[in-house]
Amino acid sequence: MSVRVKLPTILRKHAGGEPLVDAQGATLRELLSDLEQRFPGITKNVVTDDGALHRFVNVYVNDEDVRYLGSLETSVTEGDTVSILPAVAGG
Amino acid sequence: MAFEARRVRHWDNPDPMRFRDILDAIGDTPLVGLPHLSDGAGARLWAKLEGQNPTGSTKDRIAKRMIEAAEASGELTPDRIILEPTSGNTGISLGLVARRRGYRLTVVLPDNASEERIRLLELFGAEIVYSPGDKGTNGSIEIARRLAQDDRYFMPFQYGNPANPLAHEEGTGEEIVRDLPEVTHFVAGLGTGGTLTGVGRRLHRHDPEIKVIAAEPELGDLVYGLRSLDEGFIPPILDETQIDRKFLVSSSDSLRATRELTAREGIFAGISSGAVLHVAMRIAAESPGAEIVCLLADGGWKYLSMEAWAEEIERAEKRVSESLWW
Repeated sequence: MSVRVKLPTILRKHAGGEPLVDAQGATLRELLSDLEQRFPGITKNVVTDDGALHRFVNVYVNDEDVRYLGSLETSVTEGDTVSILPAVAGG
Repeated sequence: MAFEARRVRHWDNPDPMRFRDILDAIGDTPLVGLPHLSDGAGARLWAKLEGQNPTGSTKDRIAKRMIEAAEASGELTPDRIILEPTSGNTGISLGLVARRRGYRLTVVLPDNASEERIRLLELFGAEIVYSPGDKGTNGSIEIARRLAQDDRYFMPFQYGNPANPLAHEEGTGEEIVRDLPEVTHFVAGLGTGGTLTGVGRRLHRHDPEIKVIAAEPELGDLVYGLRSLDEGFIPPILDETQIDRKFLVSSSDSLRATRELTAREGIFAGISSGAVLHVAMRIAAESPGAEIVCLLADGGWKYLSMEAWAEEIERAEKRVSESLWW
């Protein structure tokens, strides 16, 4: 199952400068693990050492924040788009 | 879709509208129906017009509350300078409060903030320290924290000040419960987390089933820049237990919804209001019969120089994607 992943500028260097990459998996965790295998180091600041989602990173499946869905166990299906972004403040 | 009024303005209006000074005119903003945008959506959309506050944004509420709390606790004395990191609106609101109460104000502002925000800050006498635009408001926070080590400064720090959510819990949230007790959903932008946390607490006390939904901007690469992922910032006052869902909205979708709001409802609001409306329309489509309150944080005035309402949408999109509008 192929899902598109939109990379923030800072992670593109791991993927040869590409802003968009395809990844395989049925859950977000599987997807990120597939990316890590192909582009070592890419998920270092996304997933913590004990396997949780990093506090300062927001990950979205079809524009919805996974922290309020199933976190890293959120299911993904063919055609979904995943975005990874740093948490930003406003005001 | 029918929208019944709870109050109709007329010349012999029985509600007094006379205030001691401008600070007392903050809050109690109108909640207006959006009949055209609700038509066909299967739900009713309502807009809380925070642009009706004295400086044109919802931040007037928190500026007043934070300064009053600091005066009461003795932290803020006449010899100290108020210092705040801001993308603009909170600085402008603090400018008003500082003027009225006789304080000096220094704001740390990203250098890509809109021209109008800079002019308004100058007009209220604020001293502006610029932070790099590509670091967004996170960059302003870093610089303000360093400056605040000097005791001459008093930093209200909207991201960590409990008076921020409290202003929304006792003000904004209370007004929504009063004006629309049947509310089922509340949508607002996530900036400091103060609105969502404060209104969320009041609404959940009214009815725990009410869904509180956050809209977050997908800012352009020029704003995110080369920020590393571990430089992200979570405001200490944000109570994530109050939020049920959160959506990312692109500048393009925010801009389109902002323009649609003007074209179809005659409401002139800022770009973040478009992000909120975009999310509210998505919720309306999946929630028949819902009563959705959208918090429109500011009016459109501060975005005119970005050409957000330019005839050619491509030009407007380019300008907005390169600017800081959150």
